[in-house]
Amino acid sequence: MISIFIPTPLRRFAAEQTIVHLRAETVADAIRSLISIHPGLRPYIYDDADQLRQHVRLYLGEQDIRTQDGISTRLKEGDEISIIPAIAGGSI
Amino acid sequence: MKPLEEITFQKEELERYSRHIIIPEFNIEGQRKLKAARVLVIGTGGLGAPLLLYLTAAGVGTIGIVDADVVDRSNLQRQVLFSTADVGRPKVEAAKERLAALNPFVQFELHNMWLDRSNALDLISRYDIIADGTDNFPTRYLVNDACVLTGKVNVFASIFRFEGQASVFNYLYPDGRRGPNYRDLFPTPPPPGLVPSCAEGGVLGVMPGILGSIQANEVIKVITGIGTPLAGKFFQIDAAEFRTRLLTLSSDPDNPLTGSHPTQHELIDYDHFCGIPQEGNPQENAETTSETNGQITVTTLDEWIRSGKDFQLIDVREPYEYEIANLDGLLIPKAQIPEHLDQIDRHREVVIHCRSGKRSQEVIDLLRREAGFTRLHNLQGGILAWADQIDPDMAKY
Repeated sequence: MISIFIPTPLRRFAAEQTIVHLRAETVADAIRSLISIHPGLRPYIYDDADQLRQHVRLYLGEQDIRTQDGISTRLKEGDEISIIPAIAGGSI
Repeated sequence: MKPLEEITFQKEELERYSRHIIIPEFNIEGQRKLKAARVLVIGTGGLGAPLLLYLTAAGVGTIGIVDADVVDRSNLQRQVLFSTADVGRPKVEAAKERLAALNPFVQFELHNMWLDRSNALDLISRYDIIADGTDNFPTRYLVNDACVLTGKVNVFASIFRFEGQASVFNYLYPDGRRGPNYRDLFPTPPPPGLVPSCAEGGVLGVMPGILGSIQANEVIKVITGIGTPLAGKFFQIDAAEFRTRLLTLSSDPDNPLTGSHPTQHELIDYDHFCGIPQEGNPQENAETTSETNGQITVTTLDEWIRSGKDFQLIDVREPYEYEIANLDGLLIPKAQIPEHLDQIDRHREVVIHCRSGKRSQEVIDLLRREAGFTRLHNLQGGILAWADQIDPDMAKY
């Protein structure tokens, strides 16, 4: 199983879950499965042109998937994917 | 930074900093570096409060403080720099009073203004290290870009509810290389409305305390050269689950400032970059308000209610906000609008409001564009304006 960690701002679109477990061969498979379980997440991860949004980073373990094979990066049992969105709060 | 050999300490300072000086790798040299340093803290809010308190207590020689805001009662839940008596006072003045009482050996430089593209380069270039305690995407990118363009280290932290992020951007390594910056991590900001702000989404009061303290620690590490700075790394914490991550940050070859083919050599229009419409003079807006441009003032809404006019009032905030204060409107949180189009009246005038007028405008834009609604009016200034101008007994948050 693969674990996907859902960040606070996106949990409302994922039935308030913090971790989703699923089976997947690649990062793309994992995100596709995640969106099929929680379709409300889609506009927050992909833009209108079906590209990953630039303010959302996907990490496999401690590494950005951009430094690996991007969305095609292959997964192995027990891998952990983190969705890291930009958040700006701090002063107000 | 002043030459270190010119830095001396009085007896009272040596006593004050004795717990630093007895740390072997810190010692008097570390304390001397702190006293020689000039740090600019941008924002005196949740992050700025612990940052300023700890940097002042630690003995940073000169601290610049930037903020044009005044202390609001809703700040006190987390902005521990201020007391109840400070409500209504300019933040930089209240901050200085408290901080000078804590450590009279620190010089404070107050900048009672908002950082913008006209003043950022000049202000930031006058300091050694910048600590970003701001709260919105345009200013985050402004601070990042200005630090890169002036060659300053940017100690960053950000929070949302129970979640926090921190990093040291644009760090100068001993070999002259620069560490990654904010644009390497997030090339562009989220489209407006996609990610709620703390004012909309809330923040646990302790979170800025945790992240602001981490920022203060990184500022001190960068100044003294102790340990390994959080450069090329990105710290993330979910305090509700107590899950922490230390992620690796890499430089992005497409970074417009520092990539292989830089295209940006100066500051840009950050509101435009973040997709935020330009606001005119509020007075002008008030005067041009009419039903034709889809805006309504709280005064007109008050008249509509008093005269018994037939219209629908919709509140697009969250249920917990509704509990704090409401105008008895129909509650449909912004995210649920697309599923509840049938509840919005197409045959009457509809006034839509939120806290400040921002979310409601986004809802109106959506309803016009996607669902063909025409008789929509955005309540300017939201329920905050109502509390200010119509009902002073209403709770503001």
